[in-house]
Amino acid sequence: MKADHPQAVNEAPIEFSANTMAEMNRVIGLFPEGKQKSAILSVLHLVQDELGWVSVGAMNRVAQILDIQPIEVYEVATFYTMFHLDPVGKNVLEVCRTGPCQLVGSDDLITYIEEKLDIKVGETTKDGMFTLKTVECLGACGYGPMLMCKYQFYERLNKEKVNEMLDAMREASNS
Amino acid sequence: MSRKLLIEHADVPGITSFETYRKHGGYASVEKALKTMSPEDVVEEVKKSGLRGRGGAGFPTGMKWSFLAKPEGVERHLVCNADESEPGTFKDRYLMEKLPHLLIEGMITSSYALGARRSYIYIRGEFMYVLRILEKAIAEAYANGMLGKNILGSGYDLDLVVTPGGGAYICGEETALLESLEGKRGNPRMKPPFPAVKGLWGNPTVVNNVESIAAVVPIVNEGGEAYAKIGIERSTGTKLISASGNLVRPGVYEIELGLSVEEFIYGDNYCRGIANGKKLKACIPGGSSVPILPHYLVTKTAAGTDRLMTYESLADGGFASGSMLGSGGFIVFDEDQCIVRNTWNFARFYAHESCGQCSPCREGTGWMEKVLYRLEHGTGTLEDITLLEEINKKIEGNTICPLGDAAAWPVAAAIRHFRDEFEWHVKSPQEAQTRNYGLIQAPLEA
Repeated sequence: MKADHPQAVNEAPIEFSANTMAEMNRVIGLFPEGKQKSAILSVLHLVQDELGWVSVGAMNRVAQILDIQPIEVYEVATFYTMFHLDPVGKNVLEVCRTGPCQLVGSDDLITYIEEKLDIKVGETTKDGMFTLKTVECLGACGYGPMLMCKYQFYERLNKEKVNEMLDAMREASNS
Repeated sequence: MSRKLLIEHADVPGITSFETYRKHGGYASVEKALKTMSPEDVVEEVKKSGLRGRGGAGFPTGMKWSFLAKPEGVERHLVCNADESEPGTFKDRYLMEKLPHLLIEGMITSSYALGARRSYIYIRGEFMYVLRILEKAIAEAYANGMLGKNILGSGYDLDLVVTPGGGAYICGEETALLESLEGKRGNPRMKPPFPAVKGLWGNPTVVNNVESIAAVVPIVNEGGEAYAKIGIERSTGTKLISASGNLVRPGVYEIELGLSVEEFIYGDNYCRGIANGKKLKACIPGGSSVPILPHYLVTKTAAGTDRLMTYESLADGGFASGSMLGSGGFIVFDEDQCIVRNTWNFARFYAHESCGQCSPCREGTGWMEKVLYRLEHGTGTLEDITLLEEINKKIEGNTICPLGDAAAWPVAAAIRHFRDEFEWHVKSPQEAQTRNYGLIQAPLEA
């Protein structure tokens, strides 16, 4: 169920692992008393680290943890583009498509990955291994074309490097 | 080779550790400021230095600091803008990744000057690995008595926290950043009140770019006057330039302001010219929000003088024949690049990143993207070019924050200098799909 659905608030909150909860409490503790809402982006990153995406049930739990209304979590999660509001593959490839990367071949990079994985931008491979997305500037303009996966930057990419990268990701996800 | 005040030690092995950084003279500015200077003395040195905000606007940092309201009993904050997201800009990431302690040192010295006891570094969420580097460095600074209670026995206390964004260009705008730091959507605030009066949680706040805060370190160490001797006119000190696009050697360079653009693009110590033996077609010298310059206005001004890497020289000629130093995001185009395609690309960026709060920007950026898409894909008309100019005028100056202007200016500049190329896309749509226009000719009078 999407966060903009009228029944979203009724979706049962889900529980996070003990490790995630401990880390959430740490980042919340970085802010002064009564300002725990400031930790919301850190907390949503932790949710996504655990689940791979941010579900409504997870957002409802975050609202409880931060002691705020669910809508305050939905409006934030839907504003910031790093949060996936639908399930995604094990590896989300976020390819920079903005000007400086385009000058050095990001269009070709996107096409190559589409062909190689047999999916279009926005889609996930049938085996659930990869999701391909395009994103705006990631601040790596001098090292393009590039993509980000799991907060790691893969820079100055060419076909050989992409092949190696995909193989390594597949192997890591299968082990 | 020009002097390096910021990144001289960037490649020293182990410089990310407190110990190594300290051995190379690190934290001297904290010692000097806390032990021998009053907060006002530090502000005075920054004023004398002539340092201008390195995030893009170029506003004098010392003056910004002096606007900070200081009501009795109200907490003040320094917030570091590490949301680096202006396309073409990647210097702050370099600085933080290579020299995390330089930023922390600058944060301590600057927070002391402002009387802030709780300061924050807001870093873009995509730089999570850099955030981890900073977290580790902050922990080391606490362990070595540079953060926390009674720093170096001075009686001054400071807590420093680094926290991530979530992928929104708009959060580089200082009031949107503050909203985000409060855990909300990044919608920019109406000004006044300015953050210096009502900022984070309603408290007086200064928001400064990473590089500006780092520059406070050499300014305090060497004195504001010594810093002001570097550079030309009101462009003092050194600047980190992020060079990208079709260059032999793109990357981050620290230059003394006043270096010639010619030397920066072609010099052996810098970018070493255009990649693959191609010719220069155009350059956006200060991040995607500033006007593009055609090749004949890059290394020379319209008056024929050498174009320099300074706030003044890059702006020479106004928007008719100049641009801006901006964030120092120096994007270079070779002769094979299509200006229409690139203008469409950036318009798509701004349409994607508009927060949606102000109608002229929310609607206007979307229209510009659609019209430019048509032109690039061979279905545009000559009226579309006029339409773009009209949309531009309706956005410019009519929005709460500068994103609207940032979206409008580059489109206006692209049409101003490359109108022939836009018209060619309309008149020869088939051909425009198969080859690029190539270099434009300099007007006879240039």
